[in-house]
Amino acid sequence: MAIKAENLYLGYGDTLIVKDVSIDIPEGTFCSVIGPNGCGKSTLLKALSRNLPVSSGTVFINGKHLKNYDTKVLSRELAFLTQSPHIPDQFSVKDLVSYGRFPHTNWMGILKANDYERINWAMDITEITQFADRDLSSLSGGERQRVWIAMALAQEAEILLLDEPTTYLDISHQFHTLELIHKLNKEMNRTVLMVLHDLNQAARYSDYLYVMNNGRLHAQGVPDEIITEPILREVFSIDTKVIRDEDNDCPYFIPLGGVHNGQ
Amino acid sequence: MLQHNDIRTLTSYRITILSAGLGLLALSLFLSIAFGSTKFTLPELFHFIFVDTEAVKHKIIMKIRLPRSITAGLVGSCLAMAGCLLQGIMRNPLASPNIIGVSSGAGLSAVVIFILFPGLYYLVTPIAFIGAFGTTLVVYTIAWKGGSSPLRLILSGIAISSFLSAGSNTLMIFYPDRVQNVIGFMVGSLSAITWQDVQGLWPYTLGGFILSNILADQLNILLLGDETAVSLGVKVEKVRLTFIFVASLLAAAAVSVVGLLGFVGLIVPHLARLIIGNNARFLIPGSAILGGIIVMLCDLIGRTIIRPLELPVGVIMSLLGAPFFLYLLRKGGMNSGGNKGKKRGKKIIEKGTANGHQS
Repeated sequence: MAIKAENLYLGYGDTLIVKDVSIDIPEGTFCSVIGPNGCGKSTLLKALSRNLPVSSGTVFINGKHLKNYDTKVLSRELAFLTQSPHIPDQFSVKDLVSYGRFPHTNWMGILKANDYERINWAMDITEITQFADRDLSSLSGGERQRVWIAMALAQEAEILLLDEPTTYLDISHQFHTLELIHKLNKEMNRTVLMVLHDLNQAARYSDYLYVMNNGRLHAQGVPDEIITEPILREVFSIDTKVIRDEDNDCPYFIPLGGVHNGQ
Repeated sequence: MLQHNDIRTLTSYRITILSAGLGLLALSLFLSIAFGSTKFTLPELFHFIFVDTEAVKHKIIMKIRLPRSITAGLVGSCLAMAGCLLQGIMRNPLASPNIIGVSSGAGLSAVVIFILFPGLYYLVTPIAFIGAFGTTLVVYTIAWKGGSSPLRLILSGIAISSFLSAGSNTLMIFYPDRVQNVIGFMVGSLSAITWQDVQGLWPYTLGGFILSNILADQLNILLLGDETAVSLGVKVEKVRLTFIFVASLLAAAAVSVVGLLGFVGLIVPHLARLIIGNNARFLIPGSAILGGIIVMLCDLIGRTIIRPLELPVGVIMSLLGAPFFLYLLRKGGMNSGGNKGKKRGKKIIEKGTANGHQS
């Protein structure tokens, strides 16, 4: 298992946000966590990336206890793309991508030929080579998102955790970003765990879905088991009509109307 | 300023600026040695330093001017680098050595010595150093709560500083007759500097300079936010502690020699950022050079402008520095180590304060 979490309880201070969540993610799968706002999706990702201490429960990354990882060693196995990274001024795209090599450098931080190869490869695959010398803050949202993904790729981590990688992007950039992540998953066997708000996108790209609600794991399964009228009604309080998108071999839902609580 | 979208031209621009800065630093050093109650031309300086070593003028240069000018340069560099590191790790443009308690700690120590134990005045430098550094450690310890959020560091720094300042003020009120001795220290003064001060100072300046340049990339990565930094394998807490440690050593070393000259640590990094940009690889050396230049020149002005009286360097710093700083602020183009920015060159100082948050 690339990621295995057992009976996770997570929270901030005394407030528990995530309660008793267990997940099992085999290598090379593309999984998404979906659920309404405040259900604990991002909190879960933060804990898996060691940005939040685990209150109780255990996490294994590639079979090794998360607690026993050195931060730098972990960063060679797992890359995390936060929802809103700070965007510094006057840093070139290449500088940023080259920070992805930090996990592989020694304390002096000197890059070797092999590092530059990786940096160029990552920029190539995300199609940002033409921006290499541009200032990051002069790029559009979609281009920037590709830079962050390139940075995570340069990290050469097998596992990619992505927290809403398409938020703030227009539909075309959303599509290109997800296609890119999909390609990394299929062609380079990267394990992907992603938080997504758009359920149809989640259904289309994911092998497996986790549904969270009120901090608990409400359901899990392949998209056809999850994107169903009853589950969407229970979790998101909307009436929907689910149809099959045969071209992409996935379920697709159309919202019909809101459901009042308790009905 | 700094509108380059292509970073290659920006990099060569930055290297040019750094070289020009070094030239200016040398020029400032020359001016600072050459001017004063006695003036020297360049050939005269050469003559009295290397040839006529028996003359009184040799003694003026070697015993008074040179140590004073060098100390001014070192102090400026130390404080500017300290401010630069602190603004970076806290992602806050208002961070400075004062904020983490350096000034109040050194101030109280100095007040205690000057007022309660005037006989121990020769121990002011080491004790102020201990006071400054110790206070930082207290601030850090109090701010620690399973981690050190920049916001908690700043708030606990402000609280501790005001607490210690109250101590200093109380002592000064009880012993008004001895306050005279303290004033020089409280505003920052470079009179009565000797080679001993230079010797005490340069190892910190050099060590701090080397260490912070080695760690510059980690400072850059911290600008991307704690979460991204952790994901890249940066041990955020350890790095933050290291930088606070280095910054407080730099600032404590400077402040213990010349007194409370904290303003340098706030404004020089901003000026440097305006000129050379955000990237710590360039910003740290740039701040070090600019800090040296500014303090040397301010000291020069202070001791020549109303001769034979001498205005302490701290007073000149604030008198000239503050309006100039405000001018730059109005003109635009100021930002912290922090965040994004599409409207280039139009950023204001408030921006960075919003970046301290942790979600």
